[in-house]
Amino acid sequence: MGAVRWIRRNLVVIAGLLTLAYMIVPNVVVMVFSFNKPQGRFNYSWQTFSLDAWKDPCGVADLCGSLSLSLQLATFATIGATVLGTMIAFALVRYRFRARGAINSLIFLPMAMPEVVMAASLLTLFLNLGAQLGFTTILIAHIMFCLSFVVTAVKARVLSMDPRLEEAARDLYAGPVQTFVRVTLPIAAPGIAAGALLAFALSFDDFIITNFNAGQTVTFPMFVWGSAQRGTPVQINVIGTAMFIIAVALVGAGQLISNRRRKTATT
Amino acid sequence: MTATEAPPAPPGPPTPPAAGPAGIPPHKVSRRKRLVPYWLLLPGILWLLVFFALPLVYQASTSVQTGSLEAGFEVTWHFQTYWDALQEYWPQFVRSLLYAGTATILCLLLGYPLAYLIAFKAGRWRNLVLVLVIAPFFTSFLIRTLAWKTILSDGGPVVEVLNSLHLLDVTSWLGWTEGDRVLATPMAVVCGLTYNFLPFMILPLYTSLERIDGRLHEAAGDLYARPLTTFRKVTFPLSLPGVVSGTLLTFIPASGDYVNAELLGSTDTKMIGSVIQTQFLRVLDYPTAAALSFILMAVVLLMVTFYIRRAGTEELL
Repeated sequence: MGAVRWIRRNLVVIAGLLTLAYMIVPNVVVMVFSFNKPQGRFNYSWQTFSLDAWKDPCGVADLCGSLSLSLQLATFATIGATVLGTMIAFALVRYRFRARGAINSLIFLPMAMPEVVMAASLLTLFLNLGAQLGFTTILIAHIMFCLSFVVTAVKARVLSMDPRLEEAARDLYAGPVQTFVRVTLPIAAPGIAAGALLAFALSFDDFIITNFNAGQTVTFPMFVWGSAQRGTPVQINVIGTAMFIIAVALVGAGQLISNRRRKTATT
Repeated sequence: MTATEAPPAPPGPPTPPAAGPAGIPPHKVSRRKRLVPYWLLLPGILWLLVFFALPLVYQASTSVQTGSLEAGFEVTWHFQTYWDALQEYWPQFVRSLLYAGTATILCLLLGYPLAYLIAFKAGRWRNLVLVLVIAPFFTSFLIRTLAWKTILSDGGPVVEVLNSLHLLDVTSWLGWTEGDRVLATPMAVVCGLTYNFLPFMILPLYTSLERIDGRLHEAAGDLYARPLTTFRKVTFPLSLPGVVSGTLLTFIPASGDYVNAELLGSTDTKMIGSVIQTQFLRVLDYPTAAALSFILMAVVLLMVTFYIRRAGTEELL
């Protein structure tokens, strides 16, 4: 009964790999169906192999417009949330002051609330103020919900920083600005980068909050949502596949760089 | 340092108004220093107050208004809306909590082995597996959810396999599926929810597992603990912070989600998020929508508070 014993010994690995497969399968399906040539409006069953969609990813009306809108939104939201979030994180870790508890819970709450609640309440605010729904209201909403995640990411990094490094910089006559730019910021950078990356991904992918506060503006997730009812063009799969590949390449490159850094740091 | 900083004190607004009486530089500097955290916090906290806290107040007031879109809404302290909304939509509430709870448990069961694998068994493959866990994040989750339509479609691979194993009869009898279809049934919705929120379970689990000192496992083995005992008495208790934050990060967003229910379900699987969305954006019955959203928030916050108390972990994320 060697096989049974082998399975029993490797149960965790087998179960883990099955979960991994469960997570990857939809991405594979998206990839495969980007080469499909559907017969009806819906791209849900395999017909024939075709490169049409890859040759002309912008061939569908409004698709690339919504994509570029989402990229712009994600960029601005990332900048806003990262700047504000990093400031909050430094204040929370480095200083003792009153109302810390209250501020901590104010930052925790947006993460502990179903998105639909935030989306709906923000809409009531905008409706009451008579605000024009569109790019600005989406951006406001995205910065709001990305903020907490950036604070958490940066806080974790700043907490693990050795304060003696900054003391050493000060002992070597570095001014406060110099200490911050040359010592503090580089050490905190990975945390800030992680927060920014998270903010970008969250903003780019957000559907629920955007759906409530977009008005007539169509972001990429909104475009996908709309097309799901009318029939999804193959180009959506092309964009999805491209995003996956770019993400893997970026993360892979990041790993390589940090590995090399670690190696040069130890030698 | 003090000397270079004191002279250019501008007369205008750039210095905080609380800069204090002029001519006492040391005092001024310390005061300015004391204000630093507040200046750092101000913009971000203001953003959260105006666009997160204030909207909740507006929503509370909307929920007790009556009126119509044409005539305008007015605060009349009409709490009846809450009662009516609950009476009409309690099935969707119960269903949301049920689906989200099931998905959370499934995420824990599926995610734990994978997190364990990455933390202890992956060796040099660790980074690759981590990338594979995070990368799907970047393909729009709507596109990935739509892919489940293909996977679960009638006559598709999943239905075929379940059918040939006669499992569909069992799941139909349990009410999870209908006849020989999986799509547009509770099972499809829970499957989509589980899939979408798995990374939110795996990453916190992995972080807390990775912190465990491997020597504890060796020590347990030296003390004649069998692998299962080691897991039950050492590994799992030490990973509890990860379990708590993972289950929260899964359950909370899943309870309000309506994307999976709309794309993979049918009218019989509607979750409360769908109802809130329809009431707000299509029916334009703002008071009912606001009341529903408030009830959802209250229920989730109550459950989370209770859960954190029980789990005894105050330190989150």
